[in-house]
Amino acid sequence: MQKIISPISDDVIENLRAGDQVLISGVIYVGRDSAHKRLIETLDRGGELPFDIRGQTIYYMGPSPTKPGHVIGSAGPTTSGRMDAYTPRLLSIGLKAMIGKGLRSDAVKEAIKEYKAVYFAAVGGAAALIAKSITKSDIVAYEELGPEAILRLEVKDFPAVVINDMHGGDLYQEGKAKYKIQPGAAS
Amino acid sequence: MKEIKAKDVTSTVARLCTEANFFLGDDVLAALRKAREEEESPVARQILDQILENSTIAAKDEMPLCQDCGLAIVFIELGQEVHISGGDLYQAVDEGVRQGYAEGYLRKSAVRQPFSARVNTKDNTPAIIHTEVVPGDQLKITVAPKGGGSENMSRFTVLKPAQGRQGVVDFVVSAVEEAGSNPCPPTIVGVGIGGSAEKAMILAKKALLRTVGEPSPDPEVAELEKELLQRINATGVGAGGVGGRITSLAVHVETFPAHIASLPVAVNLQCHSARHKEAVL
Repeated sequence: MQKIISPISDDVIENLRAGDQVLISGVIYVGRDSAHKRLIETLDRGGELPFDIRGQTIYYMGPSPTKPGHVIGSAGPTTSGRMDAYTPRLLSIGLKAMIGKGLRSDAVKEAIKEYKAVYFAAVGGAAALIAKSITKSDIVAYEELGPEAILRLEVKDFPAVVINDMHGGDLYQEGKAKYKIQPGAAS
Repeated sequence: MKEIKAKDVTSTVARLCTEANFFLGDDVLAALRKAREEEESPVARQILDQILENSTIAAKDEMPLCQDCGLAIVFIELGQEVHISGGDLYQAVDEGVRQGYAEGYLRKSAVRQPFSARVNTKDNTPAIIHTEVVPGDQLKITVAPKGGGSENMSRFTVLKPAQGRQGVVDFVVSAVEEAGSNPCPPTIVGVGIGGSAEKAMILAKKALLRTVGEPSPDPEVAELEKELLQRINATGVGAGGVGGRITSLAVHVETFPAHIASLPVAVNLQCHSARHKEAVL
């Protein structure tokens, strides 16, 4: 497994390929449905985002409440497709990496190529395991959204796999094609 | 006539909410271990390892298996000889959900006015309660928290009767294949065939409560389940959707007589975090 640091540098992103398994350390931001809606509304108004998104990594996640003595609750990825409508805009202003789970739209995949970005999946449902890799969690904005607030996380060896790379690689398509058994074939 | 106190319903529901979210059933764990043995894709194997390790951490630390602690789906089998005293049954269930989700540090994911304001109800109520009145003097409660990722991939159609068995197979397989990585595979596939629109979907949901991989007692239905599982695992979707041999751990089919004009088919997908716990009062 390849260890990488977030914010992820352009040369690291260039070398990542669909199917690469990585352990991410450093800083990532958390935002999901309502937070994305607000970020885009802010941009539409010509306002300033609550954090500098350039070069950053966004994790689509809404944690369970933090138990006393813990850094965060369970913290697995949510379905990325719901953020597709907002993603190309954020990539166009400098977002470089996304972590989530599930299929992305063609528009997002094109934007990943155009803006030289990367989409990782974390394992959906591995939420207690992933929480172990989060060493610090702070609320950055939209606290009133509860589990949908924007958080700044510090992570160590957060496990993920590259799904869409900047060269057009797509693990969901390539992996499935590799293991598909055609109807009628012996199995 | 047996008397059951509403407050005992509340404390039972609260306990089941936390237990379901912390502890995966032995049947699910066994199916996941078997999938890990059989999987050929190295990336999918790694994902299955993470899923199994996650279940160990969740149980040990009493942390939710998944941050999506679901809507609280509650199945009640109410014996007709039972009298509930000291309160309203459904209020008692909701109070149990309220307490369980607070005490267990479980995520509250219910939003009111879903088409517009989407304001969180803050206590994960109301529960979605399905009640059956049955013979006897017992009250059986099953709490099955259901996450959004898999529920969003539900499908329903009414086939023409002429489409028959093949139509059912094609519809179910395409539902799972098109869902891809979204419902957190390896999934358990609940299928309801027959009845009316709402009956088919409740059959599909109830099918998810069956012990994982236990075949239908009807040999023809069991054969259909077997073929569906084989076809689904031939899609290559795999654990996490990264490509692999095991896309689903099991297919459970429930059937009911249908109208002469209809062949309703419902698919309800369950992620690998197949959570449900039950108790009998």
